[in-house]
Amino acid sequence: MKELLWLIPAWPLAGALILILGGHRMSRTLATLVGAGSVGLSALITLLIGFAFLSAPEPFDQHLWTWMAIGNFQPSFAFHLDALSMIFLFVITFVGFLIHIYSSEFMAGDEGFARFFAYLNLFVCSMLILVLADNLLLLYLGWEGVGLCSYLLIGFWYQEEKNGYAARKAFIVTRVGDTAMAIGLFILFQTFGTLHIQSLLQQAPQAWSVGDQTALLVGFLLLGGAVGKSAQLPLQTWLPDAMAGPSPVSALIHAATMVTAGVYLIARTHVIFELAPQAQLAVGIVGAVTLLLAGFSALTQNDLKRVLAYSTISQIGYMFLALGVGAWSAAIFHFMIHAFFKALLFLGAGAIILVLHHEHDMFKMGGLRHKLPVIYGTFLIGAASLAAIPLVTGGFYSKDQILWLAWAGERGNVLLYLAALFGAFITSVYTFRMVFVTFFGAEHSHVSHPVGKAMLTPLVVLAVLSTLAGFLELPHTLGHVTIFSDFLSPVLPAVNVRPDAESMELLFQVIAAVVALSGVGLAYYLYVLKPDLPSKIKEEIPGLHHLWFVGWGFDALYDTLLVRPFVYIAKVNKHDVLDKFYTGLVTVAEFFHRALAYTQSGMMRWYVMGIVIGAILMLTIGLIL
Amino acid sequence: METVPVESGLLLAGVLFMLGLISVLIRRNIIFMLISVEIMLNAAGLAFIVAGSRWAQADGQVMFIFILTMAAAEVSVGLALILQIYHQLKTLDGDMASKMKG
Repeated sequence: MKELLWLIPAWPLAGALILILGGHRMSRTLATLVGAGSVGLSALITLLIGFAFLSAPEPFDQHLWTWMAIGNFQPSFAFHLDALSMIFLFVITFVGFLIHIYSSEFMAGDEGFARFFAYLNLFVCSMLILVLADNLLLLYLGWEGVGLCSYLLIGFWYQEEKNGYAARKAFIVTRVGDTAMAIGLFILFQTFGTLHIQSLLQQAPQAWSVGDQTALLVGFLLLGGAVGKSAQLPLQTWLPDAMAGPSPVSALIHAATMVTAGVYLIARTHVIFELAPQAQLAVGIVGAVTLLLAGFSALTQNDLKRVLAYSTISQIGYMFLALGVGAWSAAIFHFMIHAFFKALLFLGAGAIILVLHHEHDMFKMGGLRHKLPVIYGTFLIGAASLAAIPLVTGGFYSKDQILWLAWAGERGNVLLYLAALFGAFITSVYTFRMVFVTFFGAEHSHVSHPVGKAMLTPLVVLAVLSTLAGFLELPHTLGHVTIFSDFLSPVLPAVNVRPDAESMELLFQVIAAVVALSGVGLAYYLYVLKPDLPSKIKEEIPGLHHLWFVGWGFDALYDTLLVRPFVYIAKVNKHDVLDKFYTGLVTVAEFFHRALAYTQSGMMRWYVMGIVIGAILMLTIGLIL
Repeated sequence: METVPVESGLLLAGVLFMLGLISVLIRRNIIFMLISVEIMLNAAGLAFIVAGSRWAQADGQVMFIFILTMAAAEVSVGLALILQIYHQLKTLDGDMASKMKG
């Protein structure tokens, strides 16, 4: 059964090729069938392989062909299936399939229907290659492939200029991280002579002692790549603008799958980070700072999708924080739950925006809970999961685990814990601010048409998943279920809890629960009971509000530091300073050419005169010297 | 035997050469230009003869015979060219034969 592994990325690739070559001649039904069907088949095969993997959970390698052979550099097209890639496969194919179904209705009126599905299929294929790759070069192929698809899909509505700029911004900013990662791969290859992930992970502890300089360098370079792709500080600026793409794209690429590629990369190469404790600590600090900064920005946004974008940055910050304290499986668990509920929230937001004539400003929505009951219900479940409402949501279990291990884990740190805890409070405030403003209060907008089944079904399924998946891993104090971490334990080592902290777990859970609920309470007080208060607070602190609204001014900072000097240099050097020298040579040569060409008059007597003058000159010079 | 002083000989040669040169420059008739070139050649030959007699060497006269031979060859080629020019352009004006410039 596991031999079918190669089919999982092959189906979406075939779908993409068919749609690219013949999509413009296909009917919408046929294009949907090809686009969604190919991912559906992948999901089916993933399910079959998943069952086979559960009954025989040893890693499986599939060698397809040798990519290239240059001396001892022989990367192959080969897939490696283990528990970590299994979870990613599952999330990518299933969430991807649901989003494809949703898109068939969401994009129904769009001219580029087949093009949309072609890009989406290509994305799924690249993402699957990324998580299945058994060597880092193939992983890098998938890594760049998803970057390309992200660019194509952010700029999907390319007729509008700002969408094109957003796409370019996303592409260029992530490229900064990718360059760092490529250098990291070069160093790894130079040191070990291979890019095969499993051999790297085996050789690294023998070649490097803990804290080795090269390990540290590689760790930081890989972190650079992860930071770019996962929109973490300092390369987070592209993600809020990436919301220019259609909502299903935001759900699939910029929430559920692609932006977590950085988390996957670090988890995959966790051995290197364990050998470089400073790099690992940097991962945790990046996560903690990012989740706070993005959380504050999310508090002030008016655009529904931008709130969700900042929230995605913030939640990936949690995953980085977990990676930073060595809670590998907690990070992957949060990735999975986050994929479910954030895809749900984006799809819900997309549906709302669609029926309100592309209105993005949530303060112009209001009172939608009666008009759109199913969307309200599922959105509330997703929001509850995001805000980590205790006991009933998946988000609580995954985030609580991170909070607990940030303090109690061996590499835990009280500052990281406090940042995460405060972040949790902000998360629940901005989440329920969004819910209350959008669904409660007076109605400001008119709902144009009801939402169809193809869009509602994925919402319901994701709502169920984002709740039930949380019960795969329950803490000691509540049932003690460890299905998820047991499943991952052959790949990712479990984190050791400090012995002195063990008894306090219940207390920490109560704190986390109280913080989450009080955040909801504050949001309720501010946006339902006293709806005038937020604008008053906003007037009290206009500077701070603006700073948060523009995402702490990182865009302006990069604009001043990098973009403007670059544009200035480009403007100054428009005609290429060095080229001036060579054009000068040409000018001089042309001048002499013209002068000498003038003397060639065809008049023989002038030539004789020239000879005479020349002879006189020579004689004179000869006499003088 | 009274010898002509070398200065007078060279002066005569120089004057002849200048006359030839000037008439090459100012004449437009190609036949006259050819004659003027002959004069310049003979002036050069005269200078060789004078120099040869001054140092009592045969080299001067040898060189003169060379120049004479060369002048004969030159005249035959030159006259052939002049015939062709006249045939093509129906004129003997040298300035008109400037079509091959540039």
